[in-house]
Amino acid sequence: MSKLHLYVLAGLLVLAGASATAYKVLVLGFPLSPNQRSEIWRVELQLAYDADGGPAKLLLSVPSDTGQVSVMDQGFAARGYGVTTERTRLNERAVFSIADAQGRQYLYYRVVVDLSKPPPAQPQPAPTSQAPRFTPDELLVAHSLVDSARAKAADARTLADVIVERLKAAKPGDEASYLLGRDPMRSQARVPVVAVDLLRLAGVPAEVVNGVLLKPERRNARFVRWLEIYDDDHWTPIYTSDALKAAGPYLLPWWRGPALVAHVQGGKNLATDVTVSRSLEFSTRVAVARQRALEHRLIEFSLFGLPLQAQLLFRTLLAVPLGAFVLVVLRNVVGFKTFGTFMPVLIALAFRQTGLAAGIVFFTIVLSFGLVVRFYFDHLKLLLVPRLAAILIVVVMVIAALSVVSHRLGVDVGLSLGLFPIVILTMTIERMTIAWEERGPRDALQQAGGSLAVAAVCYLLIQHTLIRHLLFVFPELLLIVLAATLLLGRYTGYRLVELRRFRVLAK
Amino acid sequence: MTGLIATARALRERGVLGLNARNGEFMLPWNPRRFYPLVDDKVLTKTLAREHGVAVPEVYAIIEIPRQIRELKSKVAAHEEFVVKPARGSGGEGIVVVTGRGPDGYRRIDGTSMDEHELAFHISNILAGIFSLGGTPDKALVEYRVNFDPVFDAVTYRGVPDVRVIVFLGVPVMAMVRLPTRKSGGRANLHQGALGTGVDMASGKTLSAVLRTSIVDVHPDTGVPVAGIQIPHWQTMLEIASRSYELTGLGYQGIDIVLDRKLGPMVLELNARPGLAIQMANRSGLRARLEAVLRDRASLDSAAARIAYARERFAARPA
Repeated sequence: MSKLHLYVLAGLLVLAGASATAYKVLVLGFPLSPNQRSEIWRVELQLAYDADGGPAKLLLSVPSDTGQVSVMDQGFAARGYGVTTERTRLNERAVFSIADAQGRQYLYYRVVVDLSKPPPAQPQPAPTSQAPRFTPDELLVAHSLVDSARAKAADARTLADVIVERLKAAKPGDEASYLLGRDPMRSQARVPVVAVDLLRLAGVPAEVVNGVLLKPERRNARFVRWLEIYDDDHWTPIYTSDALKAAGPYLLPWWRGPALVAHVQGGKNLATDVTVSRSLEFSTRVAVARQRALEHRLIEFSLFGLPLQAQLLFRTLLAVPLGAFVLVVLRNVVGFKTFGTFMPVLIALAFRQTGLAAGIVFFTIVLSFGLVVRFYFDHLKLLLVPRLAAILIVVVMVIAALSVVSHRLGVDVGLSLGLFPIVILTMTIERMTIAWEERGPRDALQQAGGSLAVAAVCYLLIQHTLIRHLLFVFPELLLIVLAATLLLGRYTGYRLVELRRFRVLAK
Repeated sequence: MTGLIATARALRERGVLGLNARNGEFMLPWNPRRFYPLVDDKVLTKTLAREHGVAVPEVYAIIEIPRQIRELKSKVAAHEEFVVKPARGSGGEGIVVVTGRGPDGYRRIDGTSMDEHELAFHISNILAGIFSLGGTPDKALVEYRVNFDPVFDAVTYRGVPDVRVIVFLGVPVMAMVRLPTRKSGGRANLHQGALGTGVDMASGKTLSAVLRTSIVDVHPDTGVPVAGIQIPHWQTMLEIASRSYELTGLGYQGIDIVLDRKLGPMVLELNARPGLAIQMANRSGLRARLEAVLRDRASLDSAAARIAYARERFAARPA
């Protein structure tokens, strides 16, 4: 087999990989970097309440039809609950119901929205007029406030602005603060509600809108409130604070009306927790959707045709070949000594569950403990399979002990350690013992260090966002990786460590 | 970086062989996988060697199943000294050297003794695969105990000195004497700390030595200079080495030869993946020699021609 054959093969592979990638980038418009992904956001809402015991029902407003953003996907997770959706006058609502709820109940709701594609404008019918909710005393004050505002306003829009400004500038004792209520902490939150009532009093259809700020990504996000007026045959948002104005498109309208996002029947102490994140798993869906019409068949047979769960798996799986390639480079070009051929790649996969630093620490602890036990087992002269099984048992026990200890110490990492691949550790211990006996402790430690170093490098690659993105969106890049690996297969030059080893011969 | 490139260039000019080149250019093309078992199993190696008239330590018994252990006593009755070793062992593990009989049974070389039961237990451990590569079931070999020629006594710290010859396509290309040190624990493996002494292929005289990655002139334990020792039976050793190619079909291999006081050179084992430290022991590159053999192999049609070629072409040049 001549080298030319290999070069031609590698060249063809590179050509195929590069041209398929170029086609997808240039013609189909797949994003080259994860930052180019479109505005897909994911909001998760956790609801918790104490059930009274017996039947319970939780009514949750969902942002399915807010008119400004398109909802791509939504999901409910509530064990034991039946979920139905219904339309109220203002909102779409999800109804979670259960026949018998006991103790603290947790329910989850997730919505994915795409800000880059506003839904097509639809005619918005005029709302039926709503009476303002004022007591007779308040009504008097409200009339006076509306009249003074009318004097400064040209149309419905400016009237709304003037009223909002007036309410925001409320001073203790004046008309505005009477309407907003005594509690200064709550009064600002009531501005939209009161403004809506005042506008209705002035004959302008208005409604409170509640939503979430998508930027920045965070946990414990809070719902914010503003209002909308109906003017010129469509709804126009009126923001009551500068932060809301500045948010622009990153404001997700969720539900209308002054009510809370959810209320529960048959329970109490309802608590909500909102998490906002830029969605990773949906990042490329937009590109896919865009060209779905164009290249329907191509997509069907690509990774995007897979269910989401499988896609997530492939995000990691597709990075593994690159790890293997790096392993080849580190072993055959640099000259790292490792246990087993692919053990470092497997260790790198294991690090995904623990993180790098914690992973190395745990790996070292389990390995050293396992080695001590293995050396003791050596005296018992056990046969291969029972010996491996015994080590496996010890490894599992060490991992369990480590998890308990690290949890006690408040290190969360220990909890993810349970998935740390025990078989890999067992085989590493066995191989290391054999290396220790056959080639001495120096070699064994060298190989252990080498394995860890290679695993760390592989891990950093596998976890790299851009690399994962590129390999998932352009799996044909693997053809190039394959070509490079094939070429390295015929690399018969010196390894870097050999330059040191043989240096006396170079003199 | 430029320093590394300069080193790489210098090594290439001297024809130093790296691991990748050994594997990719010599082992892969010239060592067909199917011949590996011949060298990995000492029983097979011995059978082959005997068939080809190459001297090996005489086998007294091969124990393959536990029932045969009972026959051991009668089989070794005629021999005062013998060695028990695993057929697929490595690194000297599991070898018992018996030097005589005493009141407590067999007397071992380290002065301890072992009774009939202990020896039987040891052999059953060998059969179970405790000393074999990968822990697979194994055979036990009972054979002649080599009485080492005293020629290397002054430069050996206990253990078993041997001569390693690298043979390529039947041409002995490079050789070294492997001398155990205190650090190597009596074993002759260079990576375990044994001393490797280069050999002038023309004369069979030792040159300077390598200890790990540095070049030394005296044995680290005895302090005796290692250079200038004439290896006895050098011509015979070259003949044995050059025949090993026909023996196994492996183009590139290492052959380990021991020197018996009375019986002369004997093959101890063959190695399909010999290490590269031999280049430092000889201060010379293997690649240059292997390529020379590749160039000239058409004219090397007999064992005699191959040996003459090796003695002429691979003679040590004065440093």
